Amino acid sequence: MSFVPGQPVTAVVQRIEIQKLRQNDHLILGFSIGGGIDQDPGQNPFSEDKTDKGIYVTRVSEGGPAELAGLQIGDKIMQVNGWDMTMVTHDQARKRLTKKNEQVVRLLVTRKSLEDAVRHSMSNYPK
Amino acid sequence: MDTESTYSGYSYYSGRSRGSHRHGERSRDRHKSRSKDSRSEKSVTINAPPAEPLLGDSTVRGEEVQDDNWGETTTAVTGTSEHSLSQEDIVRITKDLEDSVGLDCRRYFTLTLAVVLGLLVFLTPLAFLVLPHLLWPEKLQSCGTACEGLFISVAFKLLILLLAVWALFFRPPRAGLPRVFVFRALLAVLVLLFVVSYWLFYGVRILDSQDENYQGIVQYAVSLVDALLFIHYLAIVLLELRQLQPCFSVCVTRSTDGETRQYNLGQLSIQRAALAIVENYYRDFPVHNPALLTASKSRAAKHLAGLKVYNVDDVFRAKLKAYLLDSPGNNAAAGLAHSQSRAMIAAAARRRDTSHNELYYEEAEHERRVRKRKARLVVAVEEAFTHIKRMQEEEQKKAPGDVMDPREAAQAIFPSMARALQKYLRTTKQQHCHSMESIQQHLAFCITNNMTPKAFLESYLTPGPTLQYSRDRWLARQWTLISEASVTSGLKDGAVFLLKCIDFSLVVTAKKIPYIQMSEEYIDPKSHKFVLRLQSETSV
Repeated sequence: MSFVPGQPVTAVVQRIEIQKLRQNDHLILGFSIGGGIDQDPGQNPFSEDKTDKGIYVTRVSEGGPAELAGLQIGDKIMQVNGWDMTMVTHDQARKRLTKKNEQVVRLLVTRKSLEDAVRHSMSNYPK
Repeated sequence: MDTESTYSGYSYYSGRSRGSHRHGERSRDRHKSRSKDSRSEKSVTINAPPAEPLLGDSTVRGEEVQDDNWGETTTAVTGTSEHSLSQEDIVRITKDLEDSVGLDCRRYFTLTLAVVLGLLVFLTPLAFLVLPHLLWPEKLQSCGTACEGLFISVAFKLLILLLAVWALFFRPPRAGLPRVFVFRALLAVLVLLFVVSYWLFYGVRILDSQDENYQGIVQYAVSLVDALLFIHYLAIVLLELRQLQPCFSVCVTRSTDGETRQYNLGQLSIQRAALAIVENYYRDFPVHNPALLTASKSRAAKHLAGLKVYNVDDVFRAKLKAYLLDSPGNNAAAGLAHSQSRAMIAAAARRRDTSHNELYYEEAEHERRVRKRKARLVVAVEEAFTHIKRMQEEEQKKAPGDVMDPREAAQAIFPSMARALQKYLRTTKQQHCHSMESIQQHLAFCITNNMTPKAFLESYLTPGPTLQYSRDRWLARQWTLISEASVTSGLKDGAVFLLKCIDFSLVVTAKKIPYIQMSEEYIDPKSHKFVLRLQSETSV
């Protein structure tokens, strides 16, 4: 999931659609994010490569919209509603996720198990 | 200043009949160098006034004898009190005469030699200037302005030389060292040679030929004085400046209780280094207390008493060997050599089980006792001090009734703390260090200077340096320097020598301070930059 400078980033992603929930005048999604290009990537417990400055899901609240939609802890968010999340600051990521006029956020997330599943299934196919 | 009494504490007597003269006062000591004694001698002499250990016997046994009276039980070495100097002189002189008759003569001899050399040096330029006027006045050219200016210069340079010599050499001697001070002797020889060569030249070229050029003669005298000033500069550098830069680190250990200190010394000869160390000893080392060593001695005695030594003599050993070799189990023959030591160790091991236990509990008990006594003492002293109040000036005029001076005030409050103090000193085995008189004196001193009870007690709670105690407690005035290298040779890396006095000895080891290679690294002030590394988590 790390990137090589100058090469396009490829990943196997899962599309997750989360409906925002209204709660006391806020619209919440039910998860927490960590990471960003202005943060210290070495302290990220979920990344495989400790230089990865992407946005990761650090907590998913029980029974919240994110959990219902299938978001898992440790997922790396690649896009939010079409906006790229691999090279953003922490605050920009937060803003993209919490826009007041959007009811739905469509995320592209990736995790290690997705890669493994694809590779596993590809290896089963005789060429 | 009475120079006699200041160095009497360090006077060092040589028992050898020839040779080593006492290193006398530092008056202009440019004496001729003696024929130096052979350097092969190992240890430098020692004296022998009847070597009484400083503590009289009665005080060391004070532990067993509960002496409730505070009377002075120490026997002073010189047997004098501090008040009468004349008596001290007499006693010292009689001691001198007992040991070595020639020593005072030798000291005066070097003194007169130094004075003679000094006079020679000072009068030579004046003689150079005056002799032509006396011997051939009519032939002499008259002295012009430049020449008379040189007179002033000679006068002032001589004055400066006089002051400089006074500052450097006219100091009371600190100590008597075993061998001659090499640099001084060399300087004296140099000065003598120098002056003699100038006289030779003067005698041959000026007196004999009766030179008329007076200005030249005056310039000659000026050059002599200049050269003398330069020799004085050389003297300062050799005698004073050379040893200032630290070069050796010496480690001084007292043999009786292991107290250790380190000092940095420059390039000195062994005897001068020993002198510096002894002077620092009086300041830094806590006073030597023989009463504290009795415990370990008694333990050692118990160890020896418990040993069973199997004394195997040759006949018995042969029989034993024969007996053992005959038997099938043959390994005892090899072990026979070790049997003796094994027996001793086995016996000792049985004893050793209990002695460390005893030591541990005894020390814990002693610690507890000392702390308890100390607490009582502190409370008693604080309470005693509250009874005394300093009277202000105005009050003094109003109520002249019950006014006391410090000594009387001290005597008034002393009884209330005397018992606690006595018990504490006895528990810490310091009771022979302090007499009642000295305690009262110290108390009066503290009262006069507005000291708190804690300040008063400080000198009794911890053993202070030797100088703090009264003069007869300076436990040694005569030190022996024992060294394998010659004592006038310089300190070297790894040199070891001993400074022995009657009760203990100081073991001194010298190590060279290593050469320090320092390099620099330049840091641009603009290069201090920082980044903020966060890891925040936001809920969305």
